[in-house]
Amino acid sequence: MQNNMRAQTLYDKLWNSHVVRQEADGTALIYIDRHLVHEVTSPQAFEGLKLAGRKLWRKDSILAVADHNVPTTGRAQGIADPISRLQVETLDANCAEYGVTEFKMSDVRQGIVHVIGPEQGATLPGMTVVCGDSHTSTHGAFAALAFGIGTSEVEHVLATQCLLMKKSKAMQVVVEGTLGRGVTAKDVALAVIGKIGTAGGTGHAIEFAGSAIRALSMEGRMTLCNMAIEAGARAGMVAVDDNTIDYLRGRPFAPQGALWDKAVAYWRTLQSDEGAQFDNAVMLDATQIKPQVTWGTSPEMVVAVDGRVPDPDGISDPVKRDAAMRALKYMDLAAKTPIEKIKIDKVFIGSCTNSRIEDLRAAASIARGKHVAANVKLAMVVPGSGLVKQQAEEEGLDKIFIAAGFEWREPGCSMCLAMNDDKLEPGERCASTSNRNFEGRQGSGGRTHLVSPEMAAGAAIAGHFVDVSKV
Amino acid sequence: MNKFTFLDGLVAPLDRANVDTDAIIPKQFLKSIKRSGFGPNLFDEWRYLDHGEPGMDNSKRPLNPDFVLNKPRYRGAQILLARENFGCGSSREHAPWALEDFGFRTIIAPSFADIFFNNCFKNGLLPIRLTERQVDTLFSEVEAAPGYRLRIDLEQQIITAPDGTAYKFDVEPFRKHCLLNGLDDIGLTLQHVSEIRAYEAKHRAEQPWL
Repeated sequence: MQNNMRAQTLYDKLWNSHVVRQEADGTALIYIDRHLVHEVTSPQAFEGLKLAGRKLWRKDSILAVADHNVPTTGRAQGIADPISRLQVETLDANCAEYGVTEFKMSDVRQGIVHVIGPEQGATLPGMTVVCGDSHTSTHGAFAALAFGIGTSEVEHVLATQCLLMKKSKAMQVVVEGTLGRGVTAKDVALAVIGKIGTAGGTGHAIEFAGSAIRALSMEGRMTLCNMAIEAGARAGMVAVDDNTIDYLRGRPFAPQGALWDKAVAYWRTLQSDEGAQFDNAVMLDATQIKPQVTWGTSPEMVVAVDGRVPDPDGISDPVKRDAAMRALKYMDLAAKTPIEKIKIDKVFIGSCTNSRIEDLRAAASIARGKHVAANVKLAMVVPGSGLVKQQAEEEGLDKIFIAAGFEWREPGCSMCLAMNDDKLEPGERCASTSNRNFEGRQGSGGRTHLVSPEMAAGAAIAGHFVDVSKV
Repeated sequence: MNKFTFLDGLVAPLDRANVDTDAIIPKQFLKSIKRSGFGPNLFDEWRYLDHGEPGMDNSKRPLNPDFVLNKPRYRGAQILLARENFGCGSSREHAPWALEDFGFRTIIAPSFADIFFNNCFKNGLLPIRLTERQVDTLFSEVEAAPGYRLRIDLEQQIITAPDGTAYKFDVEPFRKHCLLNGLDDIGLTLQHVSEIRAYEAKHRAEQPWL
């Protein structure tokens, strides 16, 4: 009881309300409310369930969609790659066999799992949300406890509706002040990672707070929580406020009528209490954050657009210096190169980080009436879902992009991880709104620079990085 | 799941920080719907000189002679010595599957990414955290002495170096218990069905919109 008397963090509240039982060493059995499933990390889990002769615990907790392998052009022809096709067909077969709700490739609701969950209202405040995908942290934007799991854990949730885990530490990231023009949630995320490093949040659940976070739309909060995992934190979260409630009202999976009112009353309690203690806290001044561009092969290798590629000779830690030298070689960049001098070959606007309607509007506002530079071989826009695509088309964004020389594609993960045909060729350099700039991530030998949608569109038009806050 | 009790294994050093799961097993191999067969594609982009795709005969592909795991002295290694934040990035369990399929049973590093760390235990792999200084020492010893082996005793939670130096390591009691006995944790959880049902009923009464 004493525990409940103390001021609690949002994370404490979400954790405590889902503990089924606890072992002596603190390992707890945690109940899972929402299980999102995609084609890459689920086949072995369904197979394991079958081989062990176990039943699916609660099919109505699951929402399934194929997103990683799906093509972004020529949908009517199906999937050309037989191995990809088999993986998607396996998901279809498993969902049919177990009676699980699935949005198939032909369904307008199909899209990236972390876009469609919130879009459908399948992600709600106070829930535990899991998916066999590290970017499940995205859903924490709704004050849900949301985190990625491996395939063994997917099977565990299918069979038991629970997970065995220990509570993480709590970290608070406070961003106070007003973001400047052209500075977005993506830049905040990259600035946080630049400050604390890709392992800075390891072992922690991060709550993002402060006036700059409260001023973000739900799309912006999703972008920020999405990147919590790139800071090492399995879960990121933001407290409930009017933005949260307004976003969810009327969504297909959200409660209606009297249940809605009851839910909202509960959801309003989902914030950290005054005086709640965090294990770690980080402060950032929003007015000091500039548009960010990564220069290396880890999201922590990031600088402001008006900066330069760092000089490894200035790094004292030998492991970090070695990593910087290796990254510069892979990225084919010279130390001290001004970021704005870096020319690009391709542009990717999409991914679970930045493919929502607001992202597309922001990119379109930069591209409107301009044209993609001659040195840019391909600039593509991949909406996060069929519904995002539909809305963008109603607003005429597709026409702006197409007139500017961008390709307008079908929804999916696409060139964020290049499991389908959308990929970089060896040596190609890309301005990408995705979340990982690892070696080979967007295609073997490809070079990724992570940026916001505005910065990606700006780079597409100029052919090199430009400071969109000055355009 | 395979039990893990005691290991006397050859050590291979992978001297780079932030080794991500895309590097451990590239995305094109994630299209498989099986749990096994990922070993030949472990660290594919670093290990081979050509670009790998599923279905290739890996035994015919040109090896990168500079990559550490291709050096004859590390053939048959069961312990991977790594740097900070090993296994960062995606949640793909194909990463521990590939390490295990290749022959590794233990990874020693100053730190691991959370999801990867967790996934290891589900597959009979033991990830061990030592301090940066201890890891530095091991790197210099491995590089200086071909055939360098470590003995890992999970019951005692001790790593013993060839010169007799002992390194104590931490492991959560529940995870240790599962590894020592090769326990399937779904089976363990299903021993608490009535508690889960009771929780579910209470939870639904409190939040009927779920």
